[in-house]
Amino acid sequence: MQPQIDNRPENRVNATIPPQQSTPPPPADRLLAVAAGYEVPTEVHEQVLNESPVLEIDRFNLWYGTKQALHGITMPIPDKKVTALVGPSGCGKSTLLRSVNRLNDLVQSVRITGDMRLNGDSIYDPRMDVIDLRKRMGMVFQKPNPFPMSIYENVVYSLRIDGENNRGVLDEVCEASLRGAALWDEAKDRLYDSALGLSGGQQQRLCIARAIAAEPEVLLLDEPCSALDPIATGKVEDLIQELRGRYSVLIVTHNMQQASRTSDYTAFMYLGRLIEYGPTTEIFTKPILHETEAYVTGRFG
Amino acid sequence: MSFNKQSPRRLRSAHSSLAAHGEAWVWLTGGSLAIAIGMITGLLLFITVRGASTFWPAAMELVELTDGRRVLGEITAREEVIDQSDDVPKPISRKLVRTANFEIDGKHYEWFDQGEILQISLPEWATAVERLEGGRFHGFPLRLLEGDRIVAEGSAQTWQAFVAVHAAARRRCCEALRIDRHDRGVLQRELRAARLAVVQADLDSGRESSTFAAAVASEQSVIKRTASQSVVLDQKTAALRNANVAWRVEFATAAGEKKMLALDSIVRAWQPNRLSVLGKLGVYGARWREFLVDDPREANSAGGVFPAILGTVAMTLIMSLLVAPFGVLAALYLREYATRGPLTTAVRIAINNLAGVPSIVYGAFGLGFFCYVLGAGIDDIFFQASLVADNQPTFGTGGLLWASLTLALLTLPVVIVATEEALSAVPNSMREGSYACGAGKWQTIRRIVLPRALPGIMTGLILAMARGAGEVAPLMLVGVKKLAVDLPIDSRFPFVHPEREFMHLAYLIYDVGFQSPNSQAARPMVFTITFLLIAIIVLLNGTAVWIRSRLQRRFIAQHF
Repeated sequence: MQPQIDNRPENRVNATIPPQQSTPPPPADRLLAVAAGYEVPTEVHEQVLNESPVLEIDRFNLWYGTKQALHGITMPIPDKKVTALVGPSGCGKSTLLRSVNRLNDLVQSVRITGDMRLNGDSIYDPRMDVIDLRKRMGMVFQKPNPFPMSIYENVVYSLRIDGENNRGVLDEVCEASLRGAALWDEAKDRLYDSALGLSGGQQQRLCIARAIAAEPEVLLLDEPCSALDPIATGKVEDLIQELRGRYSVLIVTHNMQQASRTSDYTAFMYLGRLIEYGPTTEIFTKPILHETEAYVTGRFG
Repeated sequence: MSFNKQSPRRLRSAHSSLAAHGEAWVWLTGGSLAIAIGMITGLLLFITVRGASTFWPAAMELVELTDGRRVLGEITAREEVIDQSDDVPKPISRKLVRTANFEIDGKHYEWFDQGEILQISLPEWATAVERLEGGRFHGFPLRLLEGDRIVAEGSAQTWQAFVAVHAAARRRCCEALRIDRHDRGVLQRELRAARLAVVQADLDSGRESSTFAAAVASEQSVIKRTASQSVVLDQKTAALRNANVAWRVEFATAAGEKKMLALDSIVRAWQPNRLSVLGKLGVYGARWREFLVDDPREANSAGGVFPAILGTVAMTLIMSLLVAPFGVLAALYLREYATRGPLTTAVRIAINNLAGVPSIVYGAFGLGFFCYVLGAGIDDIFFQASLVADNQPTFGTGGLLWASLTLALLTLPVVIVATEEALSAVPNSMREGSYACGAGKWQTIRRIVLPRALPGIMTGLILAMARGAGEVAPLMLVGVKKLAVDLPIDSRFPFVHPEREFMHLAYLIYDVGFQSPNSQAARPMVFTITFLLIAIIVLLNGTAVWIRSRLQRRFIAQHF
């Protein structure tokens, strides 16, 4: 189902009007102000704007039915860099991620305004073929979701659905992707066994291999380690490190250490709004807002 | 929470609280299960024991009565009854004896009170004879004759001679029967085809046309050819029958009456009192073999049930082949494509209600629509000649195809509901993963959802098969017959004949058990047929379960 795109000027920005204009001024604390329904500005560090973006999110609003989940998100995602989305549960990180490859189309009640552009192509353009769009991205989910087929078939799934049946091409992609996902050594002797027989960590790396098999322009990782034990988490994090520079990665995480270890840029979201966005080192060491500092150091959230 | 010293919360002793421990619930739930299992195993055990013991050669007992009568038979039941004839009712025990010899005393079975019975013995030469017609005969062998010549005399010699010649006579008899039924059937079918070709040519191009003349000519040649073949067959059967006709066996009943039986009218004979366990097993096996592979005799109450086995299996399989794609596609649309709303809810409720419609209604629908509308339409277009020449519908009457379709309709709700369950059990994360790879909806369904849901779909199919194989009422209307001459599947092109009427085990149970003029004699047969039907359903389901478990291992085994 095509989500309805509402581009009327009054809806484009500031979709939520503060409850009463005449009430006392908003609280000094921005998070409290957001919670009370006020508009707050987004703090974006200079460096982010200097990078060349692969994905531009432009004044993006999203509603589930009548409930607004994303409020005027505007952020460029730098090319060939790892960008982390952090924030407390329910702040819209996953919703934002799923909006990038339009998985939210599957939810009937979703309505959006604003746009995103992938290398200049409007994602929400009615002429954009959503299947073509998704082929340009890879996504890895919170829980490993290998398909009920062999490891080999899992990896080459996106090629298979394109009708690629040349054994040589498939073999090559399979090996390259499994090597890219650091799973080749463990899986090369059991390529034709069921993928469901792998351990949780291996399954997640298989999902990453599947996501990078089609050479995506952007890799979307939705809390890829939340269902894994620390050792498997370490392996996946190492993998993200290796993918850095080759792919543009957008990763949602609840784990501050993970964000600081793996990402180049970090965005802090709160209740559907982007609060602060900048280089990871600055966000974690000298953020502009004390609210961000409170969250990333664990004093809040 | 406040901790008030004045009124502490009363702590109930865990020992006294039934609700906390829930011991009672364990007993209640466990008890329910035990009762259910008890009933099911009881029923199965009852049917198995009764069904499996039918063909066991029971001991032949000679009952001497106080009034001087002597009766030879198998004691098949004992019971205690209250004798009401006296002033003081008192319990008496009585025995049911299978006396056979229906043509002599008009009974197959007889009850004897304990008081009437003087003595019971096991005579060595007591013989049970299964005949082609007239039911069982119990007696003692006296003489074996060929024409007027006495071949053997006395029980021992007669029996020995009988065993020596009977097998060959029986073979000749079977061969003659096979020629009559099969070879002559082939000739008749050829004749009919030629005759119908003439009618068809008449209908198509009129009597003046060259095709009509050609058809008439070919009919003439077929008539000539079949006539000559028929003469050959006549000679063959006459030779076979003549070789048998002189042979007769004379038996004496327990009462001393003499009875002459033609050798080839005897299907088999055995002397249970002389048989060892191994010998009894031989007779038992032979009777089972006849039951499984032969045609029925004597209004289905004896002989085999092979046509019914074939009919049941063929119908169940065709039904499954029809219902599986329909049901799965319907459920796929309902679950994967249809927008959730009042309409889909209404459709779903309607489907569930369909499962509750009495099956005879489906039968009436099948007869009214499939046979009389669809079938009549097919006949009008393709089989007009048969309709015109013989006034005999081909598809316009009950048959294998219509019966299978009717049952497919009947079991459709089961398959749809089970498939929907299976589809909704496929985790959404898998669908999303597939979409995220750039797969379209149909690609996702075909490559991810369907394989994963296949075991659940199989479960639905298993339930449907079990339901369909055991259904009787609708089948009576749409093609199951008490006796079908031709098998629905045979070795003649096109091998499966969907228009033919057929026999069905479940209907056979009804027919033999409740429509037979001699229900007591048929009762053991009913149990055996029931046993067989259950065994077939178990076999079909077992196969399906085996396939499902293989699929399950392949697609669902989740590892974490």
